[in-house]
Amino acid sequence: MITDAQNSHQSETGAIADMVPRRSLPRRLLAILLKSPVGVAGSIIVSVIVLLAFFGPVISPHDPSGRNIRARFEPPGFVDNNGNLYRLGTDQLGRDVFSRIIAGSRVSVLVGVISVLIAGTLGVIYGLISGFVGGFIDSVMMRIVDGLLAIPFIILVIAISGVVGAGLSTLILILGFTGWTTYARVIRGEVLKVREMEYVIAAYALGQSRLKVMFLHILPNVVHSAIVLAAVQVGVTILAESSLSFLGLGVKPPTVTWGLMLSDGRQYINSAWWMTAYPGIAITITVLGVVFLGDWLRDFLDPNVRGRA
Amino acid sequence: MRGFFISRLIQLVVTMFIVSVVVFFILRLSGDPILVVAPDFFSEEQINQMRKFWGFDRPLGEQYLTFVSKAITGDFGKSYLAKRPAMELVFERLGYSWMLAAASAAIGLTVAVPLGILSALRRNSFVDLVITSLSSLGTAMPSFWLGLMLIIIFSVHLRMLPAFGALEPKAIILPSATLGVGMAARLSRMTRSAMLEVLNQDYVRTAKSKGLQEKIVILRHALRNALIPIVTVFGLQLGWLLGGSVVVESVFSWPGLGRLMIDSISVRDNTVVQAGLLFFALSFILINYAIDVIYIILDPRIKFQ
Repeated sequence: MITDAQNSHQSETGAIADMVPRRSLPRRLLAILLKSPVGVAGSIIVSVIVLLAFFGPVISPHDPSGRNIRARFEPPGFVDNNGNLYRLGTDQLGRDVFSRIIAGSRVSVLVGVISVLIAGTLGVIYGLISGFVGGFIDSVMMRIVDGLLAIPFIILVIAISGVVGAGLSTLILILGFTGWTTYARVIRGEVLKVREMEYVIAAYALGQSRLKVMFLHILPNVVHSAIVLAAVQVGVTILAESSLSFLGLGVKPPTVTWGLMLSDGRQYINSAWWMTAYPGIAITITVLGVVFLGDWLRDFLDPNVRGRA
Repeated sequence: MRGFFISRLIQLVVTMFIVSVVVFFILRLSGDPILVVAPDFFSEEQINQMRKFWGFDRPLGEQYLTFVSKAITGDFGKSYLAKRPAMELVFERLGYSWMLAAASAAIGLTVAVPLGILSALRRNSFVDLVITSLSSLGTAMPSFWLGLMLIIIFSVHLRMLPAFGALEPKAIILPSATLGVGMAARLSRMTRSAMLEVLNQDYVRTAKSKGLQEKIVILRHALRNALIPIVTVFGLQLGWLLGGSVVVESVFSWPGLGRLMIDSISVRDNTVVQAGLLFFALSFILINYAIDVIYIILDPRIKFQ
């Protein structure tokens, strides 16, 4: 999808347009990706995590829920009598921490992707309508967003999941249905800018309906902000899931998640540091990968904001 | 100027109204709130009595109006558990939360502003790379995990600092460092880009070319103008700080509002949860209101809107 806005960006950043002339979008993406070390790092990290989430059971050296009472709290690098290596040590039930981290990637990917899709779709539609309709309805819709944003995200999610109860699918829905407000505000701001553009006025002049203008001319030109925001929000959502599961308000055992592993680790913090250290490193690397990828996406989709926070 | 304050004040009231609706309905998402707190052995008769006592037999709209009219006077009802006014419980914890938030914000600012400036001045150097990498790392790290790691290092291994509670002044060090690192990571990034933008401005170039000392140009001409975006981000990140404090207070058993909320949520002490939620929202809104005022002081050009 090559939109008017992107075309104008490309003429401004003529260098990129000259270097990669008239190639298909995937090839252009790849060419630009290879120029950015941050983008490369981000996409490698994210691909590895997604692969782990899909093929975890095949790669995993041990059964992530396989208990072994005789090998409890063994430190990283432990080798049992049968010569099995426990790379990152074992937990209070003798389960392999490394295998559990692999298994936990599945929840992070699921939560990150599905919640952000729900939140993004809701927020984009809401912001599109609010900005497009304008006037009193717009003010009311935005005040509602202000009200929801006034309660810090994680506190709102904690309160709702405390009331509704937890579990993986409930948590995904809660995160999806509370996370849309940020998109709504950003998209609405973009719509306000775009709807005064000449090509929108031209579309009206050609006799297109309001609905067509909204979805065919405005939406494609604001959706890039939502994509950039979505990359940031995947990280925020993964962090929120781990906080909630850590507090016992999110995903429940026997599902393996990094947040739950940290909550186990906390109980044995005096003796088994590896139970706490490694799942946290897994979360940090994942979020870092997503953030890097998001930074690169922002530079790619919106060269005007390059270098800003 | 007065028009500005009044319109912002109206906006504040409208936002609080919406927050109150949200808070009221969140706690009714589970269906009948009485069934959640009533003991299993209660008969139908007793449950109905309880429902009547708490006013849950009234229509929803009426319940909301009662809730709001009482909330305005600071009456959120009694805690189901502590049998004391919810507001009293919130006030007891507020001091601890403010102390923690202030300490963390102070750590965040004192670390982030100098590092952000340094990073902007040495753009694309090794120092810049190190600072920006650390700031990405600090943003990606779950704050409660950083807290746990600090406990492992400073409490379990070095036995230097207390890991739990608020019994001695030293106890604030670990929780505030935990939140301070997160704040610093977020703020330094913004300080850097704000400084970069300002350093390219004509007045900075003029100041430099008329032979002023580098230090004076940076502090008087550049930093002062970069303060506006820094203050904005500070206000927005305060939401992160309040949210993060909820989880971090639990990690360190810090007796603040966040921990009270988590404890009350897990035993479904809804009056306390409502009071807490409204308090978080109110402090967030008020602080951002204060920031709007600071704007006007920092930048005389912003007068209305």
